[in-house]
Amino acid sequence: MFKKSLIGTLAMAAVLAGGAAQSKTLVYCAEGSPENFNPMINTTGTTFNANRPIYNRLVEFKPGTTEVGPGLAESWTVSPDGLTFVFKLRHNAKWQSNKSFKPTRGFNADDVIFSFERQWKDSNPYHKVSGGGYDYFNDMSMPDLLASIDKVDDYTVRFVLKKPQAPFLANLAMDFATIQSAEYADVLMKAGKPEQIDQEPIGTGPYEYVQYVRDATIRYKAFPGYWGTKPKIDTLVYSINKDPAVRLAKLRANECQISFGPLPADLPGIKADKNLQLISQAGLNIGYLAFNNTKAPFTDQKVRVAINMAIDKKAILDAVYQGAGTPAKNLIPPTLWSYNTKVEDFKYDPAAAKKLLAEAGFPDGFETDLWAMPVQRPYNPDARRIAELMQSDLAKVGIKAKIVSYEWGEYRKRVQNSEHGMALLGWTGDNGDPDNFFVPLAGCAAARVGGGSASKWCNKEFEGIVQKAAEVTNQAERTKLYEQAQVIMHREAPFYLIAHSVVFLPMRANVTGFKLSPLGSFEFNNVDLK
Amino acid sequence: MLRFLLGRVTLILPTFVCVTLASFLLIHAVPGDPIEVRVGEHGIAPERLAMLRHQFGLDQPLWKQFLDYETQLAHGDLGNSVVTHASVWDEFLTLFPATVELGVCALIFALVVGLPLGVIAAVRRGTAFDYGLMGVSVTGASMPIFWWGLMVILVFSVFLGWTPVSGRIGDAFFVEPWSGFMLIDSWYSDDEGAVWSALTHLILPTIVLGTVPLATIARMTRSSMLEVLGDDFIRTARAKGLSPLRVVVVHALRNALIPVVTVVGLQVGGLMGGAILTETIFAWPGIGHWLVEAIQRRDYPVLQGGTLVIAVLVMAVNLGVDVTYGFLNPRIRK
Amino acid sequence: MRDFWRSFSQNRGAVLGLLLMVGLIILAVTADIAAPFSPIEQYRDAFLAPPVWMEGGSFRYVLGTDDVGRDILSRLIFGARLSLMIGFMVVALALSVGTTLGLAAAFAGGIVDIVIMRLMDVILVFPSLLLAIVIVAILGPGLFNAMLAVSVVILPSYTRLVRASALSELARDYVKATRSAGAGTLRLMFAVVLPNCLAPLIVQASLGFSNAILDAAALGFLGLGAQPPTPEWGTMLAGALQYYQRAWWVLAFPGLSILITVLAFNLFGDGLRDALDPKLKR
Repeated sequence: MFKKSLIGTLAMAAVLAGGAAQSKTLVYCAEGSPENFNPMINTTGTTFNANRPIYNRLVEFKPGTTEVGPGLAESWTVSPDGLTFVFKLRHNAKWQSNKSFKPTRGFNADDVIFSFERQWKDSNPYHKVSGGGYDYFNDMSMPDLLASIDKVDDYTVRFVLKKPQAPFLANLAMDFATIQSAEYADVLMKAGKPEQIDQEPIGTGPYEYVQYVRDATIRYKAFPGYWGTKPKIDTLVYSINKDPAVRLAKLRANECQISFGPLPADLPGIKADKNLQLISQAGLNIGYLAFNNTKAPFTDQKVRVAINMAIDKKAILDAVYQGAGTPAKNLIPPTLWSYNTKVEDFKYDPAAAKKLLAEAGFPDGFETDLWAMPVQRPYNPDARRIAELMQSDLAKVGIKAKIVSYEWGEYRKRVQNSEHGMALLGWTGDNGDPDNFFVPLAGCAAARVGGGSASKWCNKEFEGIVQKAAEVTNQAERTKLYEQAQVIMHREAPFYLIAHSVVFLPMRANVTGFKLSPLGSFEFNNVDLK
Repeated sequence: MLRFLLGRVTLILPTFVCVTLASFLLIHAVPGDPIEVRVGEHGIAPERLAMLRHQFGLDQPLWKQFLDYETQLAHGDLGNSVVTHASVWDEFLTLFPATVELGVCALIFALVVGLPLGVIAAVRRGTAFDYGLMGVSVTGASMPIFWWGLMVILVFSVFLGWTPVSGRIGDAFFVEPWSGFMLIDSWYSDDEGAVWSALTHLILPTIVLGTVPLATIARMTRSSMLEVLGDDFIRTARAKGLSPLRVVVVHALRNALIPVVTVVGLQVGGLMGGAILTETIFAWPGIGHWLVEAIQRRDYPVLQGGTLVIAVLVMAVNLGVDVTYGFLNPRIRK
Repeated sequence: MRDFWRSFSQNRGAVLGLLLMVGLIILAVTADIAAPFSPIEQYRDAFLAPPVWMEGGSFRYVLGTDDVGRDILSRLIFGARLSLMIGFMVVALALSVGTTLGLAAAFAGGIVDIVIMRLMDVILVFPSLLLAIVIVAILGPGLFNAMLAVSVVILPSYTRLVRASALSELARDYVKATRSAGAGTLRLMFAVVLPNCLAPLIVQASLGFSNAILDAAALGFLGLGAQPPTPEWGTMLAGALQYYQRAWWVLAFPGLSILITVLAFNLFGDGLRDALDPKLKR
């Protein structure tokens, strides 16, 4: 048995080594299957990551930052009133090809118009193709924002907005703003299989789609016609493994060279392993326990503060995040501009908490429910475990919390419908703007029943400041306003803020040129194997 | 015989309609719909929710949705997945071979190991071997296979490093999936290591999924052999001075096989349940995996289509067993 | 009865099963005294402590602790209580409903028979675990709902069994005689026919016990059964998944407990079957 498998391993190693001489293959152990190959109609990071090798956007986040740089648009100008954006397009971008499509032209303005109108206009023949739920396009309120998109000439496109909005350019760098080929769309429409545009993708990116074996592997090869720096890897493979322990085992065995999301518990072992390197990036996220501020006793600020003092944050970070998290004291992560360093977190002090509860009229505590989501999220590696730790801490100050869990979709719906007492949840930033945290999580509009906010917190003072910050364009001024908002939020304590998770990425020691994005996206353009 | 067959077949159509109705109702009774599940932390505006619901036909009354679904089925269309937007039938076809490959390997493993063990135990009745084997087989039949799978991974893949942890083949191999059966496809690929890789990936899941059938088959073979060995014709054969091996293998085993074969037939249904757990543990991209995920994503078309196809398959297997029985045992033909 | 005991006690496996069962029952009943700690108390100074015989282990936590510092031995002992309860409830539920449905089908015949048996066919056509998962998805995860789901899934075998044996009893002369003597249908059902179908039912029930425990544990393993911090064995396994490569004991012991319990009931059930009904012996 052992002997045989040894031969097998040797044979495999030989194949790998032999392959490496002619062409370089990089295997990335991914955490899940993409839903399909079009970021417009999806919302998960997994799908975005699977598409990023293939497609480009007009503007793109510079690797490793939230800064916007050129993509398919070489340059752009913004009118003084902030309403008109004119993009000059790249002349040298080519479309990839596959069995059913050979492009006759390069990328031009028609493709831009097609890609936005597909998401925007009912009249576009592709609007309803593949279900037609353009969630991000709508979430970013593009329909309310866009007045018109025109082709000025083949390589110039003009966007006109209905009202000025500072983060608009950053929105265009998000994955939903991917550019698809209008010519491919026409060919497929004529062939009567338009859905194929989202199953067998054609893009302008560094890698071409080769094969997707459902729930197993995605294969790409370097696209020789790519307009940017040619990738150094010839074959890129995403190996799909849901189990983090399995992904790590494969990395250790050099079956993959980069591996997604290690378990916090495994980090020390990875650091100690000479064959591996570990890079990390503070995640643009927040994991929290939201009090339902519309329900007694959480309407009482004293109760909220008492719970903030009753739960041992350090124990949670040690036991669950295990070093892969920074304790949170503000709603926004420290990497985001306007983070208020002066805010001081509540001290863990069960005695003081008990006293405060007594002042609020609950000397013997009370009974409530504590909701925990059933799934692992980027900001919360194990909600049920955290709930168990919290439950045990709360019991010590007399609060009897019952752990409640629903299936993930159901869970969010019920939280949004305000059925909870306290609920674990969190958020990952989309475009690197503080507005993208404060408004959806603590704004009054989201606090209505059915709204996205889990705290259901609506504080007039806070709301006024945040609203004002969204309208002014001067960043220094905005920073001041947001800092002020954080002070109010700390005083009112509508959440028990747990942690900002740190994103870790283990890879083989010979991998170079990989940069982690704070937005959690993966790019393999500049990766190489030594 | 024809009447018997006809009787069984006419029973199938109402069962089939009941199955479509049951799967439809059950799945729609699960709280949450595909759109709500998709929403994520962002939440969704009520107007947009209503619009998307309308687009997917989810705002229709349930009976209308069901009738639409039946009409669609009558046209031979299982619909498209709400999540991937690919055709349910295509998805089924790409994933089913993986499940079949695993199931067949597990059955073969169970037969190849279980039959001889059962025969030996019967021949050596009352010996330590017999007792040991029966102990092991009742343990095997009691095995919680989700735990068994993990333990096997822990020992063979993690501690010893002998076998790959999960999947169907090493990622380095590029295999064109024309049959869907990895063993066959890898044979035709250019990489000589591919077949070996596919084989090593199959070992652990096969053992895990095959454990319960193996235990059942070994026990069944033993008791059925014991019965046959006591029969007159065996005694006659022995008296005639035929070699013991010949008596056991040629005369006894052949007769003892009939009940064993029926048990194997019955195991096929049970294998599906085991496949769900085995595929989950070994990240084996098959039907069980697919359906469990569809439940989580409220992918109605996939769930309905998938359960339906499986139900039809189970019905077909049951019919096959019934018919074989009818042939073997004319008494129940009436 | 004496005959029964004689034939039962000759079966060594069955006696072993019985002993194991008795041991489990004693543990379950005395869990409060037998367990060294509370099953849900977290000892924050001892996350993932190894079992006593390993380096770093101590007699304080004989089988080690889990990732939030709970004593595994204590959780296993309280888990025995849950598992026996699950087995009992599921079988009791399936048995009572199945018997009623089976008798109704056998006695009423015609349309009632067809409807009931078609319904059972439909249940049987779905892979049982898949059906159980869907039912739990409808009802929401939880121990009670998981038990309900398992009961529904195993219902057809009881219904079919009762119907088949009732039908064969109904054809016998003594039933015809009782009926012509003017006995009511209910009396005929429960006082005359049912007692004569009992032997196969008891066997089925004792073997069903083990299946019920297995299925409920599988649901717990998939995160759909008992919710944490309940010390249900399957749920413990689900919680152990993240840590098993580093701390094998969080995985090994709960699974071993399930195996031993199921084994005990299977051995006992086999013995019972052989002793009660030699005809069924195979």
